[in-house]
Amino acid sequence: MANDQHKEKAKVFSRRSLMLGGAQAALMSVLAGRLYYLQVLHSDEYTMLADENRMNIQLLAPLRGRVVDRFGVEIASNRHNYRVILIPEQTSSVEKTLDALAQYVPPDSIDRERVLKEVKKKRSFVPIPVVDNLTWDQFAQINVNSPDIPGIQMDVGATRDYHYGDLFSHLVGYVGAVSEKDLQNLEPDPLLELPEFRIGKSGIEKYYDTALRGKAGISRLEANAYGRTIRELNRQEGIPGNDVILTIDQQLQEFAAKRMGSESAAAVIMDIHTGDILSMVSVPAYDPNAFARGITSKEWKELVSNSKRPLGNKAIGGQYPPGSTFKMVVALAALEAGVITDSHQVYCKGHTNLGKHRFHCWKRGGHGKLNLEQAIAQSCDVYFYDIARKVGVDRIAEMSHRFGLGEKLDIDLYGEKAGLIPTKDWKLAVQGVRWQVGETYNVGIGQGFVLTTPLQLAVMTARLANGGKAVVPRLVRSIAGASPDETNRDSLAVAPDIGVSQAAMRPVLRGMNKVVNGKRGTARASKISTKGWEMAGKTGTAQVRRISKKERIEGVRKSEEKPWEERDHALFVGYAPYNDPRYAVAVIIEHGGSGSKAAAPIARDLLQETLRLDPLRRPSLDVLARRIPGESDA
Amino acid sequence: MLRELGAKNVQLPLSQKLWDLNWGFVLLICATASVGFLMLYSAAGGNLDPWASRQMIRFGAGLALMFFVALVDIRVWLNLAYPLYAVALILLGAVEVMGVVGMGAKRWVDLGPFQLQPSEIMKITLIMALARYFHNLGLEDTRRIQWLIPPLILVMAPAALVLRQPDLGTALLLIAGGGIVFFMAGVSLWKFGAVIGIAIPSAFFAYQFLHEYQQKRILTFLNPENDPLGAGYHILQSKIALGSGGVFGKGLLQGTQSHLNYLPEMRTDFIFSMLAEEFGMVGGLLLFALYILLALYAYAIAYRSRNHFGKLLATGMNGIFFLYIFINVAMVMGLVPVVGVPLPLISYGGTAMLTLLIGFGLIMNVYLHRDLDIPGKR
Repeated sequence: MANDQHKEKAKVFSRRSLMLGGAQAALMSVLAGRLYYLQVLHSDEYTMLADENRMNIQLLAPLRGRVVDRFGVEIASNRHNYRVILIPEQTSSVEKTLDALAQYVPPDSIDRERVLKEVKKKRSFVPIPVVDNLTWDQFAQINVNSPDIPGIQMDVGATRDYHYGDLFSHLVGYVGAVSEKDLQNLEPDPLLELPEFRIGKSGIEKYYDTALRGKAGISRLEANAYGRTIRELNRQEGIPGNDVILTIDQQLQEFAAKRMGSESAAAVIMDIHTGDILSMVSVPAYDPNAFARGITSKEWKELVSNSKRPLGNKAIGGQYPPGSTFKMVVALAALEAGVITDSHQVYCKGHTNLGKHRFHCWKRGGHGKLNLEQAIAQSCDVYFYDIARKVGVDRIAEMSHRFGLGEKLDIDLYGEKAGLIPTKDWKLAVQGVRWQVGETYNVGIGQGFVLTTPLQLAVMTARLANGGKAVVPRLVRSIAGASPDETNRDSLAVAPDIGVSQAAMRPVLRGMNKVVNGKRGTARASKISTKGWEMAGKTGTAQVRRISKKERIEGVRKSEEKPWEERDHALFVGYAPYNDPRYAVAVIIEHGGSGSKAAAPIARDLLQETLRLDPLRRPSLDVLARRIPGESDA
Repeated sequence: MLRELGAKNVQLPLSQKLWDLNWGFVLLICATASVGFLMLYSAAGGNLDPWASRQMIRFGAGLALMFFVALVDIRVWLNLAYPLYAVALILLGAVEVMGVVGMGAKRWVDLGPFQLQPSEIMKITLIMALARYFHNLGLEDTRRIQWLIPPLILVMAPAALVLRQPDLGTALLLIAGGGIVFFMAGVSLWKFGAVIGIAIPSAFFAYQFLHEYQQKRILTFLNPENDPLGAGYHILQSKIALGSGGVFGKGLLQGTQSHLNYLPEMRTDFIFSMLAEEFGMVGGLLLFALYILLALYAYAIAYRSRNHFGKLLATGMNGIFFLYIFINVAMVMGLVPVVGVPLPLISYGGTAMLTLLIGFGLIMNVYLHRDLDIPGKR
């Protein structure tokens, strides 16, 4: 009985063993199946997730391209920024480390509060910048003593360096941190997200930012679950930015800026054939280095409140009545329209009347009888009232545009202004009032509504001097690494003719010659005496304020007697050498008084210096070998 | 008391017992444990210290204990089954009174130099007690409900205590382990069906009374990806480790998920994920093969045993062993909730290792006394 039961029990047990074993096998199959599902079917997916987990992609900022002048002189380049970084976990006391470090750096260069705050906020292995812009000596000294300063790390970054300070501030501009607005407006580039990345904020730095910027490199880092970097998996160096080669001659630029001194003024010197701008000066200027490192609010306030507007580039953004420098255009309009010939004469008695209005010549007593050449040389206003009335404002406007006035010249800078060349339609459309003949008189002497920029005046002069070729100004000769046709507009053949006959041009140019070299020329005091370098040009004095009748009766005050803001703008446009023209210049001295006294001597000196330096005789540098940043320090 | 039933029914001398020991089984255990050492070596970044070496020492001590357990006369264990169970139950109660808090639950009792986990001991003593109970019970009696009430109490009492700690995983393990013995003893299948039929609705009801963290674990289990940085992080990272391992794995010490600390608890509960990351599906399946071989051994031993106590003890121990494996591996694969069960012979930790080796000792003990016929006592 017991035996039977024993056997029965064993039988049940065996049966149940099979069932249990079967269940166990089934469950193991489930696990194996799951393993297959995860490790074979979905392996790619999870591999990707694992890589996402561990890989941290870090962008490597490329070295920004340099800006050099036409001979390769560095204007903007990258400088080593020696700095010290703190890794909190490597020191037992951040305070003590900072104390130790303070012995080797200038006082107040460590912002303790900020450092301590960041130490608290970040994980202990995250490096925190402590001091930067150290000199090599300071840097070396800290390096030697680093065993006594636990937790610090020496680091070399790159900052933008503008070697000539304020000399190129308006041209080259400066770089700065990426703002929210930049992020919205610029083409998306991951580099922009880098906290220390700098982009061009103005000038060439901004206009050619993409070329200068280069392409980001990538460093793939392996990081653990806490974000600590374990190692670098691979590294793909970025492509450094391209150098931008300007048309500017640094020496000439320096001379021009110095020559203009403390005036509020602008000057443009350009090659009349190529359009190369050899110098573009707007004074006063500012130090772009201050912007690159971050400007203080005090410095900013000073710049903004300065009545001489150091922040604006007057050469392209300042709009001034051209005054008498406009007279060549008026003359050409009249000659080409056939309303006068070059022998046309006018008698100047110091004023002319139009209805009840009296229009004065700058010379109270009048010039007497003048022909065109004489009228230009002596800048007789009455003569030009006469021919302006004859030709009409619309034809003057049409001629102005041929000389590049009243429109943007698309120079590679931001902030260029178009100026203003009025027409009858323009007045009706904008002011809703019909054009008055008297306004044509004013236009005839470059006053009234007419506004031009110094750049436009330089272009106008160049187109006069080169025999009517529509030369276009350019600031950039080439971009190293870019194909030449992208930037190089060197050939003269490209510039189309503006369609003004040589017959009309000749007397005008002769007049300009007489302005300087004639006995009665308005700028006869500013002639270039070196043989073969003679200058031709035209003075201009633009009224800032209308001269009232009362003043006329009481006697016009001399410019020097008026307050600075009320004084006339002094202008001069010119070119040289007269016999074989090559360079054109336009100078404006805000509230400088008269063109002949204030502007002409400067223009003369600029042209003379241009000829002395003559960029054509020196080899220019179009394609520069890339230099590594270390060398640029030397 | 000792009755001869055929020529084989003799008590063997010690030397014969040692010779007779299931050395293949021992070898399998050592092989499996070695996989564990290797993983702990990898977890330490290619160092024996601090984990692999300690685990080896524990394993050595456990192995000695295993042999001791195997060599003791099976009748001693039969006779000690109830007293040992009683001691374990008292210890479990003691945890309630003086347990130290560890890992968010009161699971340890401080016995001077040792910290003891009574729930581990209970797993063994429960199986022993149940095996003894059913060994004595006639087949007809197992079909009567009144005879099932005492063993049910044997299971539910410790399960209830463990649940109070609170340790849902161990409680379920005890119930399932007990259930296996019930099943093997021949309790009719419909009764299991009835119990499950009642258990599931009551589980839903009981869910309301669970600790919030347990509720959260269950919810997270249902969709861990919903909360990848919070509660679901562990399971997601574990699946990433497994999946990224692929067929052949990333190689020893090359597991990125484990070595960069994305994988949580990689030495203990999630060691299988690390293994499968570094050795791939091939590695995982090889470990499964080792486990299956061990289980087959246990079944064969149970089958060969002439006494019912031995049969139930061997299958019961094997059942506990298998439940460990299944729950742990299914957990790291995201198939069952995270309940904190170690992977047998692999996970770092002393108590579980000891429990298992004692269990294997008992299985071998059954083999050594396979031909001993022990009459049931009524």
